[in-house]
Amino acid sequence: MILRFSQWLEATDVSQALAGSIWTYPIVESLHAIGVAVFLGLLLVWDLRLLGVLFKRVPVTEVWARLIPWIAAGAVFMMVTGIALFVAKPVYSWGHVFFRIKVVALILALANAVAFHFGIERRVVDWDCVPIPPRAARIAGVCSIALWAVIVVAGRLIGYNWFPPLV
Amino acid sequence: MLSMFQWLEATYASVMDSAVGTSIHLSVWLFALTEAAHLLALAVVGCAVLIVDLRILGWGLTRQPVAQIAREVRPWLLGSLGGMAVTGFVMFTSLAASKYYTHPAFWLKMSLLAAALALTFTVRQWIVSGDEARAARPIAKVVAVVSVLLWSSVAMMGRGGLGYL
Repeated sequence: MILRFSQWLEATDVSQALAGSIWTYPIVESLHAIGVAVFLGLLLVWDLRLLGVLFKRVPVTEVWARLIPWIAAGAVFMMVTGIALFVAKPVYSWGHVFFRIKVVALILALANAVAFHFGIERRVVDWDCVPIPPRAARIAGVCSIALWAVIVVAGRLIGYNWFPPLV
Repeated sequence: MLSMFQWLEATYASVMDSAVGTSIHLSVWLFALTEAAHLLALAVVGCAVLIVDLRILGWGLTRQPVAQIAREVRPWLLGSLGGMAVTGFVMFTSLAASKYYTHPAFWLKMSLLAAALALTFTVRQWIVSGDEARAARPIAKVVAVVSVLLWSSVAMMGRGGLGYL
């Protein structure tokens, strides 16, 4: 079903326009890379606070409140440029083993964030000002960093076509 | 200059040859993973540069002094720039003479990088190591904007420039 959707998408004018020009694809890809620095860079500040590595003396909720507008804007930027990259090469992407790895890792990263939100974050008032947050929060921080590293590496490898297509 | 580039490329080839043999597949994998590591280091550069520049511009962790934020992320800035330099240098040596020497995007990227480093470790360092009054001057805001623009252009020259042109 996804393959048929990808084939339909690839035939659309938008996909043709994105893939056809020698300029659009590299520009969108560069913007996606800039997004890595902005979105992941600031998400890293947050994860490192959860680990008790950076800004230990700043309350956890303050770091979150001050960074969330930037992280959220960065996430939207990453999604827009990332979807554009997919739309340019849907069939190729869907058939790429590292695209699938990236999708799975993205889902896991989201699940990790949701688990954190409905888990240890509910009691954040108890540990807001401690330099080193409780173990559950640190685990969430480590998982986030590890999953995003997988997402970045897998994303870069989608650019290489030396893997046999899955579809 | 060209002969140095040629020597670097030959050295890369011989190191690769003795390390992984003539397996093209393995050396391509190593290059791709070096590229991925370069991208991971970029995220850390983004972290260490942005949190300070945003603060100078009045965003982010506004309740902490600029100097304190800069001091805390300094090891991360130096570490990530070191990681960028090592992974970038490896990629550069792989095609130093046959691709990069004649590549305008490479020289543009290196010029922008030199400018970004010069700004970061002179004027910007002076601003972020002073008191709040110094970091609140209009010139500090200009430096923060130029810093973000310079680093962004270095990154874009890498992905869009060297990767494609």
